[in-house]
Amino acid sequence: MIKNVLEIIGEYFLFLKKVFTKPAKASEFFRKLVDEMNAMGIGSLLIVCIVAVCMGSVITTQTALQIESPWIPKWTLGFTVRTSVVMELCPTIITLLLVGNLGSRITSEIGSMRVTEQIDALEVMGINSASYLILPKIISAVIVIPMLIIIAIFFALIGGYITVLITHVSSPYEYMDGLTSYFRMYDLVYVLTKTTIFAFILSSVSSFFGYRIEGGALELGKANVNGIVVSSFIILVLNLVITSIML
Amino acid sequence: MIELINVSKYFGERQVLKSINTCFEDGKVNLIIGRSGSGKTVMMKNLIGLLAPEEGEILYNGRNFNHFTDKEKESIRSEMGMVFQGSALFDSMTIEENVMFPLTMLTSQSWNEKIDRVNFCLKRVDLEGSNNLYPAELSGGMKKRAAIARAIACNPKYLFCDEPNSGLDPKTSLLIDELIFEITHEFNITTVVNTHDINSVITIGETISFIYQGNLEWRGNKDNVLTSDNERLNDFIFAQPLTQRIRDLS
Repeated sequence: MIKNVLEIIGEYFLFLKKVFTKPAKASEFFRKLVDEMNAMGIGSLLIVCIVAVCMGSVITTQTALQIESPWIPKWTLGFTVRTSVVMELCPTIITLLLVGNLGSRITSEIGSMRVTEQIDALEVMGINSASYLILPKIISAVIVIPMLIIIAIFFALIGGYITVLITHVSSPYEYMDGLTSYFRMYDLVYVLTKTTIFAFILSSVSSFFGYRIEGGALELGKANVNGIVVSSFIILVLNLVITSIML
Repeated sequence: MIELINVSKYFGERQVLKSINTCFEDGKVNLIIGRSGSGKTVMMKNLIGLLAPEEGEILYNGRNFNHFTDKEKESIRSEMGMVFQGSALFDSMTIEENVMFPLTMLTSQSWNEKIDRVNFCLKRVDLEGSNNLYPAELSGGMKKRAAIARAIACNPKYLFCDEPNSGLDPKTSLLIDELIFEITHEFNITTVVNTHDINSVITIGETISFIYQGNLEWRGNKDNVLTSDNERLNDFIFAQPLTQRIRDLS
């Protein structure tokens, strides 16, 4: 078991070495990069916004219920919602959502190319298939996912604002006051660092599980599940590590 | 010429190729035949470098492929075209983009030169006007022809075909065989075809290597394949009632 895990880790690093090589044709690389950014960004935007609005709304309602004491200042609601959403909920929950959405798409795409010998066809042509197919995906994920998280944070805070307007758990002015209180630029650095690392793990692990498939459709299904489980596990562990180091 | 000298390949404990010695001649259609699971595809994957043999040498014009530097491997691979069993066309690309792909990646031709070459290749395989179709919109035979067009786009010196007529009706199989034969002679390509199709064996097999359980059992050509006294080869060639009846009649 431990030997297998170590072998897979070794295989993963060799895979990364193969991925991070100079692209054969720069023009083709940039064309693929733009395609990937479009597919990842535009393709995930709607679901990210919907989930973020719902999450912001729920957090606002839950927090308001917990702090109904006259001793707690009114702006605490906005401050707590902002801190939860910015520091933890959006970077982690939205990334886990993207593992299911983008990660499984990447594993399926690469895996089906492996099963139908399209990757072998690239290799026979003398093209480094890992670099050609996967490097644009990883770079695109590292650029697009932090952007999606920033958009998600914005929509989550909007969700909270709408909840305040509808349910009157606090006044909109006090909510906004809380949102802007004690804001530190370092929090944004922390969020962007965290999501960039998560994006790298999501895209590289999902690609790795798709790329190493041997067999047919059954293996593709297993690889998809493994990709999602392993990416999610690594992201959660790294979340703990990064939070301990940076905060 | 491509030569295999004492080539052995293992998967774990299992030896799939057992000291194979054979050669594939320039400008000819060279067939590798044998039953399913005999080691034909493994042999072809060794030839094109997707697998490496544990023992023996694969020589391209006298030079050992496995001793090539990465640059030399890249260079020789740009001289190879491959038609996979399932065609392996890129399904996110149109047929035009598929055929143009090796030209884009491996040459510095202008757009006009590339599109001229694409149209020439598509015309050669009788797929004119299919430029904007996607692989999913093509029949099995058309996919094979598109794969051949992609394989010949860069004027390869070597053409490898892995079971090019599997899953096709007899008439289409014959057309694919004829196309491979014509292209080989028209462009003076060294073609290696993996097949278990008897029609292919007797129509285009200018050299034939018969593999049986990982061993090279017999070597010959289409003129002597039907008259061989090798029992295992005869079991393979005359396995079907139709071929048995033809043998009995003659």
